[in-house]
Amino acid sequence: MSGALLSLRGVETRIGRYHILHGVEFDVAEGGLTMLLGRNGAGKTTTLRTIMGLWRAAAGEIRFDGRDITHLATPDIARLGIAYVPESMAIFADLTVQENLILAARSGPPDKQRLDWIFARFEALKRFWNLPAGLLSGGQKQMLAVARAIIEPRRLLLVDEPTKGLAPAIIANMIDAFRELKGGEASLLVVEQNFAFARQLGDSVAVMDDGKVAHRGDMTAFAADSALQQHLLGLGMDTHQ
Amino acid sequence: MKRDWIPWLLIPVLAIAALPLIGSPASWVTLTVAGLAMGLMIFVMASGLTLTFGLMDVLNFGHGAFIAVGAFVAASVMLAMAPWMTADSIWLNLAAIVPAVLAAMVVSGVLGLGFERVIVRPVYGQHLKQILVTTGGLIVAEQLLKVIWGPDQITLSRPTALRGAFLLGDVAIEKYRVLAVVVGLAVFAALALTLNRTRLGLLIRAGVENGEMVEALGYRIRRLFVGVFVVGSALAGLGGAMWGLYQETVTAAIGAQVAVLVFIVIIIGGLGSVGGCFVGALLVGLTANYIGFLAPKVALGSNILLMALVLLWRPQGLYPVAKR
Repeated sequence: MSGALLSLRGVETRIGRYHILHGVEFDVAEGGLTMLLGRNGAGKTTTLRTIMGLWRAAAGEIRFDGRDITHLATPDIARLGIAYVPESMAIFADLTVQENLILAARSGPPDKQRLDWIFARFEALKRFWNLPAGLLSGGQKQMLAVARAIIEPRRLLLVDEPTKGLAPAIIANMIDAFRELKGGEASLLVVEQNFAFARQLGDSVAVMDDGKVAHRGDMTAFAADSALQQHLLGLGMDTHQ
Repeated sequence: MKRDWIPWLLIPVLAIAALPLIGSPASWVTLTVAGLAMGLMIFVMASGLTLTFGLMDVLNFGHGAFIAVGAFVAASVMLAMAPWMTADSIWLNLAAIVPAVLAAMVVSGVLGLGFERVIVRPVYGQHLKQILVTTGGLIVAEQLLKVIWGPDQITLSRPTALRGAFLLGDVAIEKYRVLAVVVGLAVFAALALTLNRTRLGLLIRAGVENGEMVEALGYRIRRLFVGVFVVGSALAGLGGAMWGLYQETVTAAIGAQVAVLVFIVIIIGGLGSVGGCFVGALLVGLTANYIGFLAPKVALGSNILLMALVLLWRPQGLYPVAKR
C-alpha cells in the first residue's frame, strides 16, 4: 500500500433542505480496502454518491489520484476508473446478464479471461447469461452488480452493502474476489453492515456518525476494541457477527 | 427469455372480433388496412416521445409542434413541386415526395434541437414546469405557423401515383394507406434493430430503465437524450407529413389534434416502451376505424375507452418499463 488514492476533506452534502454530510474526512489508500461503517442514516450511502457525483458536494474537496474531482460530472468521474455498485444494485432488469456486462465494458467487448475469472466466482452469471437480469434472484442480481463494476480493470471500486441478502457461500466468493482485486489492480471503499465481513476484508476503517467521520484508523485495531465498536456502532452490528 | 406476447395477440383478437360485427369481409379488410395505416402513422409520431419520456422523464406536451411543422414544411415543398406531384410518372411523384419528407424531418429535427435547448433543458426533473412550458411552446409554435403560412388551412392533393385504390375483388385498399403501412413498418423495424442490435440501442434501453446508473458507468446520458429528442422530433415531422397527406389538409392545429392520439398511444403502450407504443398505436388505429364504422357517434371517445380498459388491466401500460 502507498499513499491516498482517494481523499475527502471537509465534504458537506445537502439534499434539498436536509444537511446530510457535515465535513466528512477520510482517505482510501492505493491498493487498500477501506470499510465505511456506521449506523443506518449515518451518511455512508450519501458519501459514496457524493464521491460519484450523483449528489453534489456543497463544500469541501474530493481528490482522486491527486486530482480535484469535486465538481466533475458523474460520467467523467467514472471514466477516471471509479466504479460504483449502489445498494439498490441498479441492474438493468430488461437487459440480459450479457447485455448488462457488455454495457459496463466501456472499452469494447468484455475480455474472455476476465469473464472466466468472474464466472469462477459468480457461476450463476454464466448459467443465466442470456436471461433478462430482472429474472435473477436477489443474490444473483448482487453478483451481477459487482461483476458489472469489475468487468474491466478499475482503479477504485465504491461498493454499497455488497453482502446484503447474500448466502454465506456467495459472501465467501465475494471476499475472495475483493481480496484478489485489492491485491492487484484496484482499491476499494466498501460500505458494510456485516461486521464479520468488514473485519475479514478491511485494511482500514472509517466509522460515520450523524454525517461525520467519528473514527478512522486501522481495521485490526478497531476489530480488537469492542468498547469502541459498541460505542460507535451500537448493538445492531453485533447481530451480524 | 420468455416474452410477453399477450398484448401483441390483442391486435389479431380485436381484428377477428370485429369481423362478425362488421359483417362484410370486404368492408372489414378496408377498415383493417385503414386502421393499420392510421396506427402506424401515429406510431411514427409517438415513438420518439415515448423514448424521450423514458430516458429523462420529460413530459413534452409540445411534441405536436414538430408534427405540425413537419406537415407544413412537407406541404410547402409539395405545393412548390405541384407539377411533379400531378405528373403521371411515379418517379416524378417520388422526386417531389422524398425531398418534401426529408425537409420535414430535417426542419422538425432542428426545431427539436432548439426546443430541447431553450424550453426543455431548464426544467429537467420538474414535471409541472415541463407541462407548462412545453404546452406554452406548442401554443407559440402554432401561432408562428399562422404567422408564416397564414391562418387558412392548406389543401394538399396526393401525388397521382398514390391516388385511388387497389381493387382485389370486392375489396378496395387505398394506395396511400398501403404506403403508410410500409413506411410505418420500416420505421418500426429500424427502431427495433437499433434498440436490440446495437450498442447505442443498448444504451438507450438501459437509460430508459435507470439513467443515473448509465451515467455511473461513464456514459453521458444527456447527450444521448438530445440525440433521441432530435430523432424523435424528426420522426414526428415525418409523421406530420404523412398525416397531412392522409387528411389532405394541413392546419396549424394539426399537431395539437394528433398529439391527443399520440399521448393515448404512449400511455397504453407503457411510457418508454417502443414495442408497447407500436402495439398501442395499432390498437388505437383499428379501434378508431372499427368504431367509426359501427357506431360513429361514439367514435370520438372510443380511444379514451380503450385506454381506460388497458389501464384497468395493466395500470402501467401494456409493456411497463422497469424503472429504477
